[in-house]
Amino acid sequence: MLAHNYFTSSIGKKQILALTGLGLLGFTVTHLAGNFFLFVGADAFNKYAYTLTSNPLIYVAEAGLIGMFLLHVVLALVLKTENHSARPVKYYNKTRTGRGETIASATMPITGVIILVFIILHLLNFKFGAHYTTNVAGTEMRDLYRVVIEYFANPLYVAWYCFAVCALGLHTSHGVQSVFQTWGFNHKSYTPHIKTAGVLYGLFVAIGFSSLAIFCHFQN
Amino acid sequence: MSQQEQLLNLNLKVWRQKNRKDSGHFEDYRLEGVSTDSSFLEMIDQLNEQLVAENKDPITFDHDCREGICGSCSMMINGQAHGPEKQTTTCQLHMRSFKNEDTVVIEPWRARAFPVMKDLMVDRSSFDKIIQSGGFISVNTGNAQDANAIPVSKENADLAMDAATCIGCGACVASCPNASAMLFTSAKISQLALLPQGRVEAEERVSSMVKTMDEEGFGNCTNHAECEASCPKGINLSNIARMNKEYIFSKIKGK
Repeated sequence: MLAHNYFTSSIGKKQILALTGLGLLGFTVTHLAGNFFLFVGADAFNKYAYTLTSNPLIYVAEAGLIGMFLLHVVLALVLKTENHSARPVKYYNKTRTGRGETIASATMPITGVIILVFIILHLLNFKFGAHYTTNVAGTEMRDLYRVVIEYFANPLYVAWYCFAVCALGLHTSHGVQSVFQTWGFNHKSYTPHIKTAGVLYGLFVAIGFSSLAIFCHFQN
Repeated sequence: MSQQEQLLNLNLKVWRQKNRKDSGHFEDYRLEGVSTDSSFLEMIDQLNEQLVAENKDPITFDHDCREGICGSCSMMINGQAHGPEKQTTTCQLHMRSFKNEDTVVIEPWRARAFPVMKDLMVDRSSFDKIIQSGGFISVNTGNAQDANAIPVSKENADLAMDAATCIGCGACVASCPNASAMLFTSAKISQLALLPQGRVEAEERVSSMVKTMDEEGFGNCTNHAECEASCPKGINLSNIARMNKEYIFSKIKGK
């Protein structure tokens, strides 16, 4: 049985943060894969969205996702607060060694906040956005494709979306390697490859989502 | 040495703090004729002689062996723990790493768990408390065992020795953006967990040492690796991963 003080310990909190992060990494890439139906066309995308949302298991998945997300945010805030108070007097001129901290690792809290704001707006714009209906092969379903295309008609929204998914890419590039390190896997020859995989994952997410936004903009 | 000795004139900006309660401030000093062959601590000695001659309070700083093995010297030099050179303690840092007319900013380690006692000297007894809570093995004393009575793989012996080179200076905490002590604690856990003699109490040890580390008010590791980069002994981040793994297993077993 897991000792109860695990969850209040520094390592326990880190590991749960990493685990929820891993779940969110999985969601992000699945979400991106699904959204690639936008490239196929309106019917394909709407049918995909309909199949996904009409399955009753979606509520279980959504509850799990919200739980993971909230836990990730709350733990990040707790850890950040603790870390902030661990150094009450700041340095006069702290310089990076250049051999440790990366842009991705140093900006985790900032990119995290950008992603949080982005996700709230994202849900309001799409999931809880305009409700059009369409008919695909005799089935009445939500025309989510139209909502997406109309949203990305505005170039400012495209720019904000690309900016936010780049923040997501940066955040996840540090996240991938952190999951392994925090869960105790650090290997002389594998760890450099894991770091590369993290960067590739981040690039895939940033480029993948951005390409969708730009593609949709030019569908107008 | 191919490099010729030169004399440097330096502008120093040093943290001065009377005691724990004092809020402290920076003071500027001009020091002339510093040999490039002198160590950083010898440079401060020279400054202190100048201060004493001027009837001023000399700068307090920790130092002991001055050969890079005791872990006493501890200062942030131009924003880097132990200064700009890789894997070098302050006492082994030489003034040839600086240029004439450089401005050098010297600060104490800054962390809630390392309160400043005076000037550049901080109280690092929180490290001692971490060690006291488990950084040892319990054995009955007696005659020394035969050298190879307990087999240890070459790989583990090397890893344990690497971890054991930690001199407990606190540069990891000082350079960590979160003032986390995980590199120190994990090195002390690793050096014992990797060997059969230390394995016996490994689960209780990791649980207890992490608990003390948390209680002392250190921050949490966020995998930046600034600690590894500024460690004068090159202690590796893989020790933290080992501690994380040891910790979850010890907690699963309810320790």
